[in-house]
Amino acid sequence: MATAIAADIESASGSFSGSRRLSMRLLPYALIGPSVVVIGGILGFPLAMLVWLSLQHYGLRELIAHTGEWVGLQNFQAILADPLFHEVVVRSLLFTSACVSLTIVLSTLIALLLLRVSPVVRGVVMSALVFVWATPVIVTVDIWQWMFDYEFGVINYLLTQLHLGNFIHHNWFDNPVQGLGVIVLVVVWGAIPFVTITIFAGLLQVPSDIVDAAHVDGAGGWQRFWYVTAPTLKPIFLIVTCLSTIWDFGVFNQIYVLLNQRPSSDYFTIAIYSYRESFGVTQYGLGAAIAVVMVLILVVVTLFYVRETVKVAEIA
Amino acid sequence: MIAPGTAQGVLAGRSRSATAGRVRANLWHRTRQWLFDAIGLAVAAVMLFPIYWMVATAFKPGRDILTLTPKWFPAPITLQNFQDAIARPFFLDDVRNSLVIVGVMLVLALTIAFFAAVGTARFGFRGRTAFLVMIIGVQMVPLIALIIPLYLMLDAVGQVDSLAGVIAVYLALVLPFMVWTLRGFVANIPAELEEAGMIDGCTRVGAFLRITFPLVGPGLVATAIFGFIQAWNEYIIAYVLLSSPGNQTLTVWLASFTTNHGPQWGPLMAGATLTGLPVVAFFLILQRYLAGGLTAGAVKG
Repeated sequence: MATAIAADIESASGSFSGSRRLSMRLLPYALIGPSVVVIGGILGFPLAMLVWLSLQHYGLRELIAHTGEWVGLQNFQAILADPLFHEVVVRSLLFTSACVSLTIVLSTLIALLLLRVSPVVRGVVMSALVFVWATPVIVTVDIWQWMFDYEFGVINYLLTQLHLGNFIHHNWFDNPVQGLGVIVLVVVWGAIPFVTITIFAGLLQVPSDIVDAAHVDGAGGWQRFWYVTAPTLKPIFLIVTCLSTIWDFGVFNQIYVLLNQRPSSDYFTIAIYSYRESFGVTQYGLGAAIAVVMVLILVVVTLFYVRETVKVAEIA
Repeated sequence: MIAPGTAQGVLAGRSRSATAGRVRANLWHRTRQWLFDAIGLAVAAVMLFPIYWMVATAFKPGRDILTLTPKWFPAPITLQNFQDAIARPFFLDDVRNSLVIVGVMLVLALTIAFFAAVGTARFGFRGRTAFLVMIIGVQMVPLIALIIPLYLMLDAVGQVDSLAGVIAVYLALVLPFMVWTLRGFVANIPAELEEAGMIDGCTRVGAFLRITFPLVGPGLVATAIFGFIQAWNEYIIAYVLLSSPGNQTLTVWLASFTTNHGPQWGPLMAGATLTGLPVVAFFLILQRYLAGGLTAGAVKG
């Protein structure tokens, strides 16, 4: 395709060397063209449409007629006045920060541990991580649902046997705080492999001579990590924190499927709320407004990371 | 994946400083190593237990599943749960749908992403930074936020409940990461190799096809794995877009695996095992390519 375009330009143009230079100038645009079309058409256009939808009244009738009714900022006024929405935003932010911080801390610890174990154990841990990583999220959600089953679940049995309390017939999802705790566990467990393997790959690239030099200069283990290893790994930490924030803020499957596709409003995160408003009660305009707020919050939270990431990319 | 001198180097340095009590240091060193290994094995066990529990449950007969005191090992073993899972309506249809969606999507995505990777890694041009910013920025938008417009857009062109619509969405979903990762791989291959080929009589395209393309092989494999996993495991898009049971994918089939009497854990775990199996197999066979793939774009500089 690229060469075809280049050939066209070549035949149309006069001087050979001039056309050659022109086609070489246009070649990169031809190469990125298909990506721009796909990403622009299937992600960019819907994003613009989302904003447009959020300014419409768009219910079931409008869906059939394929045309909305312009209402300006009414949808936003409605959700901002809605106490449930405030609750949902706070819950989403707390949920995301719990997931992200636990993921990063635990993954860093496991990655550091991987540097110190013997090669055989390292292979075992790596294989375990890869197994968990590769398992589809829906599969893992079904497994955890089974393990946390109130009647025959293995977790209740183990906790009771360990004398941590009486968990016989304990339903974890009756209490939303406990239920969300379980969901955090499921999300973090699923996120650890990618983050650990990425951080570990980064640790391997930290030049050992500078760590040794710090050791010779009398730096303790914690100081060596905090002042030598961690700054070297900054780009890696930026990327995994940024990605984790985006993923965990948009968590949907774990909540939706763990609660049998009928989560009560105590479990609404912003993603679930937006979904319910649009596909549950067919208020697509309102759902779109919630999604717009979600994207805006995410943009603000991750702007810092993205700026830093682009900086790193430019250097590379 | 094996660590270079880092850990060993530090440990060696430590034992060197302890000249006085060499034996005691050695003992301490061995105890410490043993302790780290034990913690490592514990971590592996905790991470793996849920997956073990799925497989173990899948092979247990019904009466061994619903027990107040869990049976830790599946004995006797039965295949009844797998038979029940496969016999459920639309299993084979949904396996076929998943395969078609992932296969078509991967071929398209790898081709398009490869072009863009070469474009951004080999050429400096006006708009290159803007393109890279778009590639990163677009990954910030959570997919869940785009479900509504995607649904309405595909509804307007009659592609709701069609595999083509889902393929198009998955294509856009995996493309940014694929371009980014492949770009790292292409950039790591020195352009001088191609120039040498051209001096030896290759055309520019010929040099690219004969020299750079084979060297990018591992990168293509790594991105293919990524795309495969993303698409095979995706749930919410397929759930919203594909409404008729015969058109759905395996994950949607699996998530709807409940009856009026609550979940049947045995067949559900068997179905989950069958859904996860292709991904795990694919992943384990090809994972050595992946370690390089992850870091190729990320750690440079």
